Amino acid sequence: MPMPRPVFLAAGATTVSLGPGRREFRPDAPRPGLVHYMREAGRATLAQIADPERVDEGVVGNFMAARFNRQGHLGALLAQIHPALEYRAALRVEGACASGGLALATGIRSVLSGLAEVVLVVGVEVQNTVKALYGADYLAGAGWYEGERKEGPAFFFPGRFSRRAGAYAARVGPAAREAMARWYQIAVENARLNPEAQEYHNTVPDLLALGRTPPGGVAEYLNLADCSKVSDGAAAILVASAAGLDGLGLARREAVEVVGLAHCAADLTTPPPDLTELGTCRRAASQAMAMAGLAMDTVGLFEVHDCFTISGLLCLEALGLAAPGAGAERVLAGDTVRTGPRPVNPGGGLVGYGHPTGATGVRMAVDLWRQLTGRAGGVQVEVAKEHGLMLNMGGDDKTAVALVLKR
Amino acid sequence: MDLTDRLEHVAVVGAAGKMGRGIAQLLALELTWRALEHPDRSFVLDLIDADDAALQALVRFLHQQAAPAAEKQIHRLRRLYRDRPDLVDNEDMVRAFGLELLFRLRPGRTLALARDARLVFEAAFEREATKTAIYTELAGLCGPDTWFLSNTSSLPIQAMSEACGLRGRMLGFHFYNPPAVQKLVELIRPRDADPELVRLADALARALGKQTVASADIAGFIGNGHFVRDGLFAIRTLERLAPRFGFVPALHLVEQVSRDWLVRPMGCFQLMDFVGLDVVQQILRVMAGHLGPELHSDLLDRMLERGVRGGQAGDGSPRPGFQTYRQGRPAGIFDPDTGEYAALDAPWARAAEAQLGPAPEAHAWKALRQAPDCAAQLARHWKRLRQPQGLGDTLAREHFLASRQIGLDLVAQGVAASAEAVNQVLTLGFFHLYGPISDALE
Repeated sequence: MPMPRPVFLAAGATTVSLGPGRREFRPDAPRPGLVHYMREAGRATLAQIADPERVDEGVVGNFMAARFNRQGHLGALLAQIHPALEYRAALRVEGACASGGLALATGIRSVLSGLAEVVLVVGVEVQNTVKALYGADYLAGAGWYEGERKEGPAFFFPGRFSRRAGAYAARVGPAAREAMARWYQIAVENARLNPEAQEYHNTVPDLLALGRTPPGGVAEYLNLADCSKVSDGAAAILVASAAGLDGLGLARREAVEVVGLAHCAADLTTPPPDLTELGTCRRAASQAMAMAGLAMDTVGLFEVHDCFTISGLLCLEALGLAAPGAGAERVLAGDTVRTGPRPVNPGGGLVGYGHPTGATGVRMAVDLWRQLTGRAGGVQVEVAKEHGLMLNMGGDDKTAVALVLKR
Repeated sequence: MDLTDRLEHVAVVGAAGKMGRGIAQLLALELTWRALEHPDRSFVLDLIDADDAALQALVRFLHQQAAPAAEKQIHRLRRLYRDRPDLVDNEDMVRAFGLELLFRLRPGRTLALARDARLVFEAAFEREATKTAIYTELAGLCGPDTWFLSNTSSLPIQAMSEACGLRGRMLGFHFYNPPAVQKLVELIRPRDADPELVRLADALARALGKQTVASADIAGFIGNGHFVRDGLFAIRTLERLAPRFGFVPALHLVEQVSRDWLVRPMGCFQLMDFVGLDVVQQILRVMAGHLGPELHSDLLDRMLERGVRGGQAGDGSPRPGFQTYRQGRPAGIFDPDTGEYAALDAPWARAAEAQLGPAPEAHAWKALRQAPDCAAQLARHWKRLRQPQGLGDTLAREHFLASRQIGLDLVAQGVAASAEAVNQVLTLGFFHLYGPISDALE
């Protein structure tokens, strides 16, 4: 079934992804919190429209503020962005690292329902409040706490994706490690063009060599370069109907249309059936493409969920951009670089830009919107086709959100 | 009794002092890990000191050390807590470890706490009478199985153990400051030491992650044997230069040379201040009593008579000694004529520095320590000192050769078994980048 009525995204905004790697990041100094980030991204979005009163609803995507920041009730933190939002419908949605994608999906559903013409979507996460070791506890909430956490490793999610990296290497051979190193290199090279990226200040002369560091520090099959960092940040964008867009005073060319949306949740209590495949992501991507009625060769740009370099490779296969087991080969062939046939994550992705978990899905949509409307500045790539696709994953492939956007 | 048996009951005497606190930290952590590994056994650490407030501060400090230590070994901790269903998150386990550490501690003001201890660490003030009184009382309290490790940095162990009725049951186990960080332990094995005790001390040092260097049981051992003679050399150089430059500028010159020209982490006067002038005086007295009256400094005595004693305040910040300090660097120098400190950010200091001639080309200690070409830079520096270009070079050359001779004498007198032992103590315990016994200036 195609989208029942046209829905658009416009007026996106992102913040710096703050954390280790940024020069201004001081682990021991006080730093901005949730309120600051929501305000910064939210206000930058509202500044792009004439009348914030036109916003009917708000959705906040956030994963674990209840533990990282001891803050619940994030829906009611939306009104502090702008007085026009006071007394509007506002809620927070959560689906681990796909929380941002769920916030978009929720906003889109509101507009599709006809109850709202314009929805403000904000994704936010502030994770540098505790040491990484304790952050790992909180993030482990994306797995099945009762069934998995106790016997899991200290760094739970690196352990989960390390398992996948091990299985993938067993299947693909040495190309797996090489492609993971290359993924890291490409991500940081892209991030160096993006002043908001956490790796923007990265000056490592030989990124590939760093990516090739023998694994084992973080988890059995991952090195530090394979992992996205601990990040604070937010992203915001407006979801609008055609009438909503008119009311905001935005032209169609300033927006992208959501032509495909899929949201799949798998059973959190069962282990992944195949460690070398992201089955939930694959389903979400193919459902979104089916809804759009498009073939993958009409998509010119991709935002994928590379929380680890191995997840990046597996996302390519989940999208069908590479056959099962061939993701490594495609990366090594240069398919995904910014000048390649299928640019992926030209702003740096999770490894390069950063991964403020609840913000990531929204950040992906903002980056696609910028690229498709030609406002991506220093990270702009030439998008040869009409469509962009984003794939946002929660947990170990347990929630997936895919959006197909048309310029 | 193996090491774990011994560690079931340990006491630290002088636990709230500068060294005792660090030793207590190492032991509290070690006992806590052993308690987790042997849940069916009990491990007790007696913390004995004279002052309740200091003991409470110590318990608080030890509890604060638990989390970082547990975090560093989180994989081990998760393994040890495998059978505790109530502990799931890393955070749960790190907290539990902190409590487990607190459960080990038994603070108190009486030596009687140590009655059943199997191992007693003594880190009392470096004064013979103080230590002897403590050991004599402990000898009456403890059973014949109790062994004693003294953190003395200068007192001969054989004589002390005999005087207190603990012959054969005592070793010197000399940590460097701060004990939790410094890798070196000087191990002093008196003539009559029980060989089992020596084996235990070796095993314990390994368990605590320390590297031992054996020293003969001669007052001052290797570390202080070098340190106080090197300090006296600096004081005598100061006294020699003072008539020509004035006391304050002369001290500044010697400090500059002994730090930057000799590429050490601190100059001689900063190091003496860091140790505490009262402690240095005590070490000198002990050594002079055993080795001869030339181990003495009138200047040091005069400073202490005027209440200038260096060391650290309660919060760890340096107290004024020969110099005052700001952010770890000298900021002023004591002027005996006025009793005031002359600030170093003044023209007189620049004028004094100009007397030294060209500054060393090698990086300062801190940068050189991490420089990949450290050895090459040092070699170039020594080459220059072989043909001195100015007063700084000349003074450095004299000091280098004096320090070398002190090291050679320690070997000749049998304090150190080899030049290597001296060099190890200076590089591990004093963070020098090179051993003093070298032919670099030959």
